[in-house]
Amino acid sequence: MRLIALALRRCLWMPPTLLGLTLIVFSVSHIIPADPARVLAGENAPIEQVEALRHRYGLDLPLPQQFLRYVSDVVHGSLGTSLYTQRPVIDDLLERLPATFELALYAIFLAILLGLPLGVVSALKRNSWLDHAVRLVTITGLAMAAFWLAILLQLLFSMEWNLTPVQGRIDGWGPDPITGFYTVDTLIRGDFPMFFSALRYLFLPMITLAIPATATIARFTRAGVLNVMNSNFVFYQAAMGLPRRVVIWKYILRSALIGTLTQIGLVFGNLLAGAVVVETVFSWPGLGTFAYNSILQSDYNAIMGFTLFTGSVFIGVNLLVDIAQAVLDPRGR
Amino acid sequence: MKTLRRLARDRALLAGVVIISLLVLAAIFATPLATFPSHVSSFDPSHRLAPPGGSFWLGTDRMGADIYSRLLFGARLTILISISATAIAVAIGVPLGLLAGYYDRWFSDALMRVSDVFLAVPQIVLAIAIAQTLGPAIQNVILALSATYWPFWARIVYAETRSLRNEVFIEAAVAMGASPLRVMVMHVLPSNASSIIVRTTIGMGGTILAAASLGFLGLGAPPPTPEWGRMIAESREFLPQAWWYATAPGIAILLVVMGFNLLGDGLRDAIDPRIRRGAGRG
Repeated sequence: MRLIALALRRCLWMPPTLLGLTLIVFSVSHIIPADPARVLAGENAPIEQVEALRHRYGLDLPLPQQFLRYVSDVVHGSLGTSLYTQRPVIDDLLERLPATFELALYAIFLAILLGLPLGVVSALKRNSWLDHAVRLVTITGLAMAAFWLAILLQLLFSMEWNLTPVQGRIDGWGPDPITGFYTVDTLIRGDFPMFFSALRYLFLPMITLAIPATATIARFTRAGVLNVMNSNFVFYQAAMGLPRRVVIWKYILRSALIGTLTQIGLVFGNLLAGAVVVETVFSWPGLGTFAYNSILQSDYNAIMGFTLFTGSVFIGVNLLVDIAQAVLDPRGR
Repeated sequence: MKTLRRLARDRALLAGVVIISLLVLAAIFATPLATFPSHVSSFDPSHRLAPPGGSFWLGTDRMGADIYSRLLFGARLTILISISATAIAVAIGVPLGLLAGYYDRWFSDALMRVSDVFLAVPQIVLAIAIAQTLGPAIQNVILALSATYWPFWARIVYAETRSLRNEVFIEAAVAMGASPLRVMVMHVLPSNASSIIVRTTIGMGGTILAAASLGFLGLGAPPPTPEWGRMIAESREFLPQAWWYATAPGIAILLVVMGFNLLGDGLRDAIDPRIRRGAGRG
């Protein structure tokens, strides 16, 4: 019952939060000095044409009215038309979503696969050389600028050793979308050369995003395990004479992993943020490059669409994480 | 004294202090330390893209300017941006958090909801949008970063103030007739200080990374400002030949951010006895 109440309350807060977000981004993007109607019409277009465009997109209305118009469009399921691509923003976003999700999922999977065991071992062998090594690696991973790491990897893997492509997502046009994940679509079609091509393109951006994520997960896992190891109930189990292995596997890891789980939401947010910068370096055709280009082109609708979209995904992921945590941790019930 | 001695024994924290001191020294003495102080704004095309060695310790860039000298002057910019952006964020976030935490009125909920809005998208996305709107300039980078980072401080101070509100020493101060302002500033704030300091130290590292990202995306200070992120962006055209071009500024960013993170971690370990290293039963 408490779970349902929690989920309901959080879902109820979502629309006002998103409305606030729209208001902020709307205010920010509409003080842009550039005139999108002028940009659209072209440098030398006659003034009547510019005015016509301005009228067509409602850019001649007072700002509050433009805002209300936008919100009512969103409520009706439309994010407006991109001033630049002349397509519905929602179509552009959905088309690019799989590229970012494929990248982010591979990165987060790799990060969990590496970060969890590193964090656990580091905590259990605390103050050993292994612990120090892990902590050095995590602190370095968290301090590296993602774009710099991306360039270093390109320099080594692509330019020096010729192992991976510098930029892009696949050779040629890519498979017709089924899921939109190239590594999955090529496998479904049995096209192994294209599958390996997709993997090779995926490799560097995945590593770039995974390194800071691994560091975050390893850090939180280590702290979580240490915290549980020092808690009274573990002390109690050990005093009861339970073998150390049982205490570690059954009590310490279980509690610590629940703590790490809550960080996955945070890590996912960092991945989305990292994607904006990393995708531009690798020309990865995802949401990140889309956001960056729309900001450079003063494409209002696209910017707001992206922000709302990311905001909803972010809030949604955090909600899922909270629910999962409440389900897994018996103390929270 | 005991705390100080414990701090001095922490090697990670010490490393952080050393790195940050070096950064500050580099920024203060950039002019005498630089081998080519004039290369911040002028350049020398005859030495374009020279590899490290000889008179150019870290090589030269596309304009023939000495990268080592530019790095030193970039340290000034890095300090300026991160200190001002963090200071503004603290100046907004801390008072708001105090007020909202101390009083339990409508604005307490309102503040938390507003900070929810700011935290609903990754910080860098909002910062990019604001920086692009305002145009490429240092003060706009500072504005964009402080406008997006203040909720972190508001949140922390709010939560701590909430939990302190019913403590006996606060009640005692109120009973002795202290004004709410006095209670907040003289009693609540000092108890929050440690977490504010830790958050601010780690926040400095965060703003340096974010500022470098903005610079990299071309939204930072305009050229020829020796901004570290922009230097890395410029280098991309000249890879793989000019490998040194991106290497040095990248390492500079890495070290400085690491320095702040080490310092922040060390301070937190020293302040929070629960996670003090080597103290637990584990």
